[in-house]
Amino acid sequence: MQVNRLSHGGRINRARALSFTFNGRKYQGFEGDTLASALIANGVSLTARSFKYHRPRGIVGAGVEEPSTLVELMGNDASANRPVTTVPLKEGLIAKSVNCWPSPAVDIGAVNQLFARFIPAGFYYKTFKWPNWHVYEPSIRKATGLAGTPQEAPDQGHFEARYAHCDVLIAGAGPAGLLAALTVGRAGLRVMIADEGTEAGGSLLSRKLVIDGQPAMDWVAATVAELHDMPNVKHLQNATIWAYREHNYLMVNERAPENASLLERHWRVRAGHVITATGAIERGMVFGNNDRPGVMLASAVQTYVNRYGARPGKRAMIFTNNNSAYAVAADLAAAGIEIVAIVDSRDDVPEVARAVVPDLEVVAGSVVTQAQGLRRVRGVSVVPRSGGVSRTYSCDLLAHSGGWNPAVHLFSQSRSPLIYAEGPATFVPDTPAQSVSACGAAEGQFELSAALHSGAETAAELCEGPALTPPEGEDLAYAIEPLWRVEQATGKAFLDLQNDVSVDDVHLAIREGYANVEHVKRYTTGGMGIDQGKTGNINIIGTVALHQGIGMDEVGTTTFRAPYTPVSFGAIGGFRDESVVLPYRHTPLTKWNMDQGAFMYEAGARWRRPGYFPHPGEGLQEATNRECEAVRNGVGVYDGSPLGTFELKGRDVGKFLDYLYTNIMSSLKPGFGRYGLMLSDDGLILDDGVCLRLDEHRWIISTSTGHADAMNSHMEELLQTEFPDWNVFVTTVTSQWNNATICGPKARDVMVELGTDIDLSPEAFPFMTFRDGHVAGLPARVVRVSFTGELSFEVNVAPRHLRALWDKVLDAGSPHGILPVGSEASHVLRVEKGFLSLGHEVDGTVDPFDLGMGWVMSKKKADYLGKRSVHLRRDGPGVRRELVGVIPDPDRMIPEGAPLTPRGEKRPTEGFVTACVWSVVHKRWVGLALLENGHARHGETAQVRLKGGELIPVRVTPPVHYDPDGEKLRT
Amino acid sequence: MMNIPCPFCGPRNESEFSFGGPLKPDRPDPNATDDEQWVGWLTEVPNPHGPVQEKWWHVKGCGTWFTIWRDTRSHDIVEGPLDAG
Repeated sequence: MQVNRLSHGGRINRARALSFTFNGRKYQGFEGDTLASALIANGVSLTARSFKYHRPRGIVGAGVEEPSTLVELMGNDASANRPVTTVPLKEGLIAKSVNCWPSPAVDIGAVNQLFARFIPAGFYYKTFKWPNWHVYEPSIRKATGLAGTPQEAPDQGHFEARYAHCDVLIAGAGPAGLLAALTVGRAGLRVMIADEGTEAGGSLLSRKLVIDGQPAMDWVAATVAELHDMPNVKHLQNATIWAYREHNYLMVNERAPENASLLERHWRVRAGHVITATGAIERGMVFGNNDRPGVMLASAVQTYVNRYGARPGKRAMIFTNNNSAYAVAADLAAAGIEIVAIVDSRDDVPEVARAVVPDLEVVAGSVVTQAQGLRRVRGVSVVPRSGGVSRTYSCDLLAHSGGWNPAVHLFSQSRSPLIYAEGPATFVPDTPAQSVSACGAAEGQFELSAALHSGAETAAELCEGPALTPPEGEDLAYAIEPLWRVEQATGKAFLDLQNDVSVDDVHLAIREGYANVEHVKRYTTGGMGIDQGKTGNINIIGTVALHQGIGMDEVGTTTFRAPYTPVSFGAIGGFRDESVVLPYRHTPLTKWNMDQGAFMYEAGARWRRPGYFPHPGEGLQEATNRECEAVRNGVGVYDGSPLGTFELKGRDVGKFLDYLYTNIMSSLKPGFGRYGLMLSDDGLILDDGVCLRLDEHRWIISTSTGHADAMNSHMEELLQTEFPDWNVFVTTVTSQWNNATICGPKARDVMVELGTDIDLSPEAFPFMTFRDGHVAGLPARVVRVSFTGELSFEVNVAPRHLRALWDKVLDAGSPHGILPVGSEASHVLRVEKGFLSLGHEVDGTVDPFDLGMGWVMSKKKADYLGKRSVHLRRDGPGVRRELVGVIPDPDRMIPEGAPLTPRGEKRPTEGFVTACVWSVVHKRWVGLALLENGHARHGETAQVRLKGGELIPVRVTPPVHYDPDGEKLRT
Repeated sequence: MMNIPCPFCGPRNESEFSFGGPLKPDRPDPNATDDEQWVGWLTEVPNPHGPVQEKWWHVKGCGTWFTIWRDTRSHDIVEGPLDAG
């Protein structure tokens, strides 16, 4: 039964009833309701428990400002900690309160109220120091108990992201925003207007005002219709502008877009100018037990009555310090709600206000000191401010208003400062820091007529010609005498309902030295949380100002940060999940690899590569050994396509490569290649690879797979910023050349079997040369490089030919037992050979001399990147860590990265193991390590010290465990 | 998300660019500077509280390296001195 539904009125569709479940009980509401208005219509007033003390709580507000009742939505709507006032009602909605278990009525945590004096502000920081915070954290987190995040994505619908550009973006479709939109829209500018509500109108939806002699909502409807017909205007409802970033970039979260399959749409808008017409938010009064269910913001009560035809109570008291609550009283009385009295803290109540409710009792110069009742307000105690006897009024609803604050959040997020205005007693926008302006209530124009004028004038400044003549709006004149807290309050007087921050907490924070308003916020948590203190922050500022005897402007505000209201992660991400943001790179063999049952890895720069090709029942080690043995004793083939490949063209390539690499490249003859190292100018190793000279002005260079992008950036930066007059062009050709690298003692036999017009003899085609020709009938460039230490032919073909080449290689190699080789085997083969790998042996502290590669540092060249810095460092006193081989004795695996310490003692390390593999050549574990003075320590025994103190003795050797003279790869 | 003026493509979103750091003085001749000067050039990067000339790379656009003057206090892209390179 909707016991508190008014018989008529409200912008709800009474023909369409909606069933919903709240805390396990079934209710009905109407289309157009929010969950909050439906609960009020059903007479549910105890809807929540508070965060810290588990005090009984009800619904306080009617919009995004709601500090008190947060709900968790279940099922396909699964969503945590939603303010109950922002949940549109829909058929089948299932919601439950947070912060209480098992229900708000029977809440185990309510026992916290008995211990309230032991959990003051900052109790987190000072109480739980011993033995450490993590002992207490789980139980505190559970007791505070906000809802958890949903564990699964919705099973229906998806999120979407969109970019937009406009001349003017208007935040808010209330009277000021709509008139501003009309003005710039008629002037032909590209306009976007976004409003967080389900329909346009802003405050007009909640009030009974008249514009140009007609109901205000008629004017809204006509204006929205005109905007709709303008092709240059985009109008969004259910769309919250939640962030204002640099260069007028704003984030808009559109809920319930027109497409039913869309959950939410996220807009990123670059606006020429922004008008914030975001309205104002009412602030509460601060008195004892001002958090009891039935104590509500006056404007919220007005909204429930006028907009939703729901009655939050039958006998209402009003408590105010300003005129706006008088209009609320009039609307409530008109709806048949009994008004017991209006308590006004002002001694002199303006006549215009009294005239709105001439028949009601106004208790001027008085304040409410305490709300009575526990689970529902039953009455209020009222006392004159000048002193005197307290009087009790019986009521079941207290509508209070402490005045209005412009919603300056977006304006402030734009880094534009605020200024305290004495007249309206609030912070208002000051000088814009970006192209932004505020109008209407967001500017501090709280009366309808002034708001309309300000909307028209603000917009007119953006277009040529005179401002529109705004329509006439009639409204009660606004006047206020601020009251930041009731000094005579008895009982807990809350400044921040969501975080249970009371006046006493703020006073405590100041006493303990946290007097700056930013410190007060962090110490008390006042103004944090889901509502970000929309109703209470200014009362905190006022309380600080009163306590310290300084002005509001001296205290200032805390920083307004995005998001204005909570935004779901799904909306921010949109479609941009990992597969889209960081897609895998594939060679033409990915499918073949997977069809073979290869264990696939991501290897360097998102390449999808086979780790190993296990036979049924085989693990990593067995498969890897089999592949390694094929390469060492017969033949293997791997897909080397991901290696970074660049073609450099131009007259100055030789000069450029001489600057880029430590050794001389310009002396290479066409047809030959050379291995080189690249350093950064501070002497660190950037990359290694092979340069091939194709002809006088054309070169190919290879880089390591994971560094290809960085090398591209490096080369482009040098060429464009340091040497713009050098004639060098860099083209990425990684994906233009794919290769199958045939390696092993039988590699030449396989090449012969494949059939080629290239003379394969070692004399005609030696190591570190390349030949263009045909292999297996395919145009190919064959390069004699080796990353395995064996005779290798890297057969490069166009990507479209790789798959065909691969099949032919496997056919031709099958008499020799050819195997495809994955990354694991490649790693073993290169460690056996002592070939370095960036990220293993090269970690950003290592220079070429440390690696035993001093020969690669040219002495002939006067200058190249890194030369000066390497020598500068080596001339210094530091001990260097140098690359060595390590043989564990006894034979066992050493974890990669394990530290070596002097004599195995618990002392600072003298190096670490960079790699350790099972060598198929030596049939034992072998490794590489960086060790202090390692080059001079060959033959010594060093100690690996594992966590826990376990020692592994290792014999120090030269870093090349296999074929130290490199005879095999030259055969 | 800054709006960065590429000299070829016009104003584009920051996400299309890669940051190249503040512009340093020209690289000294490494064979004609002392150790202190060389280390100073390597390690001292302009970091003013105000306008600074920075390198940006339009990596997801035309590929141009260029410089802008950005006010580090506000992200405003401002006019640099006339000798800006």
